[in-house]
Formats: sequence, C-alpha cells, structure tokens
Amino acid sequence: MTKARIAIVVSGLLIGGLAPALAAPPHAVLLTQESRIGFVTKQMGVPVEGQFRKFEAQIALDAKRPDGGSVAMQIDTGSATLGAPQADAELPTAAWFDVAHHPRASFQSESIRHLGGGKLEVTGTLTIKGRARPLVVPVTIAPGEGMKSVASGSFTVQRLEFRIGDGDWSDVSMVADAVQVRFRLTLTGLAAP
Amino acid sequence: MQADPSSYAPLAASASAAVRDRYDGVAIALHWLLALLLTATFCVGLVMTDLSLTPARLKLYNWHKWAGVTILVLSVLRLTWRLSHRPPPLPVAVEAAMSPLRKTIFASTHRLLYVLFLAVPLAGWAYTSAAGYPVVWFGVLPLPDFVPVDKVLADALRLLHVACAFTLAAMVLLHVLATFKHQLVDRDGLMWRMWPSPRRRQAR
Repeated sequence: MTKARIAIVVSGLLIGGLAPALAAPPHAVLLTQESRIGFVTKQMGVPVEGQFRKFEAQIALDAKRPDGGSVAMQIDTGSATLGAPQADAELPTAAWFDVAHHPRASFQSESIRHLGGGKLEVTGTLTIKGRARPLVVPVTIAPGEGMKSVASGSFTVQRLEFRIGDGDWSDVSMVADAVQVRFRLTLTGLAAP
Repeated sequence: MQADPSSYAPLAASASAAVRDRYDGVAIALHWLLALLLTATFCVGLVMTDLSLTPARLKLYNWHKWAGVTILVLSVLRLTWRLSHRPPPLPVAVEAAMSPLRKTIFASTHRLLYVLFLAVPLAGWAYTSAAGYPVVWFGVLPLPDFVPVDKVLADALRLLHVACAFTLAAMVLLHVLATFKHQLVDRDGLMWRMWPSPRRRQAR
C-alpha cells in the first residue's frame, strides 16, 4: 500500500468515525428488494417500460430537518432491462449504456428542500455515460409497512444529453428523446418528515 | 372506362351475365385495396422477424401493426357491406358446371377468408398487447389492450397469429389459383365480375 493510499484510508476512517459525532443526519437504509427504479421510453409513440434491477444508495436524512441531508445513488447500467431478450442484448452496447466503459450511473444530491406535506425537492447531479447534468427530483415520502418509509417520484431526462441511443438510434421520431424515470424506494431508519 | 351497358357487344345470355353481373364499386374497391394491403402486410411480417434490432426493424414492426389494424377496420366495413349488399349470383353456366364439392369449397373458402381477415389482425393485436407493446395506430392513436401483459399468453397468441396468417395466405393462394383456372382453363370471364373496370368479354 502506498503512503497516499494509506492517507486516504486513514482520512476516510477519521471522517467516517467523526461524522456521527458531528451530529450528522441519521443514515437510512435502502431495501433494494422492495424498491424499483423504472423508466418509460416511447418507441414510435408506443410507451415501453423498463427497469434497473441493481442499484444502491447512501441516504443521510434527518426527517425533522431534511435540508441538511444528502442522497447518493449508484445504478448498475448493465442491470437495465426492457423485458425483451433482443432489446436487453442491445442495452449494454456502446450505442446505449456502454456498460463496458460506464458500468454505473450515479446521482449525488447537492441540496434538499423541504416543501412540506411529505414532499422534498432534491437538487443534484445525474451522471450517465460519464456525462453529468443538473437534475431536480421531486420526492414524496410516505410511511410504509412497520418502520419503513417509501420515497417515490418521477422525473424526465433527455436521453441524448447522455448520448443514450447514439448513432442510428439518435432519431427521436423512432425513440423519443424524453425518458420518464419512476422510482419507488423503500427505506428503513427514516421517519416521514 | 365508364360502366355503360350499351357498350357491351351482344352476347349469349350466360356469357353476358358473367360480364354484366358485376360486384358494386364499393365491393370492388375494398377487394383490391385489401388484396394489396394483405399481401404487403404479410410480406413485411415474413421479413421483419429475421431482422436484428435496428431502427428499420422497429419501423417495419410498427408499419405492420398499423397496416394490420387498418386491415381490421376495412374488413369490418367490407363484411358489413357484403352482408347488406347481395353479391351478384354466379352466372348460370358457371354454376351449372360446378360439382357440389366445388360449390362447397367455393362457399367455405370465401367464408374462411372473411373469418381470417378479422382473426389475423385481432390475434396480432392481442399478441403485441400481451407482449407489453400496445399498438399506437400511426403513432397517434393508442389502442386499448384487451388482454393482460403475460409472457405465456403472448407466446400462444403469436402462434395463433402466425398460424392464422399462413392459413389466410393459403386461402388467398387457392382463391387466386381458382381465378386463373376460371380465366385460363374455363375461359368463363368470371374474373371480370371483380375487375376494377368493366370489360368486353374476350372472343374465344
């Protein structure tokens, strides 16, 4: 291990250890098995639904004071499916998600606004295929079963901003530019705000 | 050419019946329009399934579906027209020359054709709905799904659609062969009943 690496690991441990002591927001845990990140594309006017099967999140959020919290998500681009084998074979290719070079898409929040009534507005950066774009995500948090909470919402991305469906597929009369992303995340350790 | 009965040459009674007793204009227009649409849609269907996933494949699939729904609508119109407008009776000479078996084949082929005009597009529509790809007619009008999204059901409906389509193709082939037989072997001019413009019967 190089000195630089040791320094990173040590500082990581220090920050990780110190964070709770500095009264950081409590961490919520994402229950991936009970969560879904889906998307709807339009192919020649026909809505076609897909989803990402694998993703994870780090969520630090104080239900009473969400403004100081943060949300980070990583989505495995190789886990995207449209439910049809032929389409699923295409999604990892360079024209679409280019999984070989960009195995993960990510979202990192910069600020969280509490709009009241269980609604949040999360502003941050969405990165897909190495291209980062600002994104505002409306989130509704509702109590789930037991101690669980459900965070849900939807937003629209323009696929060509991330060069998803490049080359022959960049014709938006074939596959619309706008892709609606719908999520429903089940969390524990988070009381409804 | 104008449909002017006075333009016909004087003919033997049975032969003139074959020429004069034609289908009406709407029946003839629908017959040829659907002949064209059915042939084109069947050919697109044969080709599209072997293509790799490219925009061209997506286009062909959607055009196939749009054409299929158009065929369904036109076929309903055609059936309604057929039931409310009696087709011309077979010329006496032609009918007299047909054996009872051929009469049965004649009637049942036409009935089966109409059943398949409706069954093939309906099965295709149900198949694509079950597969999770609803039809949006000409990319504008979303059609309802009358079956749930279900993989097993989709596979069964695909088989039904394909089987009905090939049966329809076989019936159309039989229909065309019978026309050739009447035109080239029997030389009874039966085909002119459905020809887009009235013709003088060819001299023997």
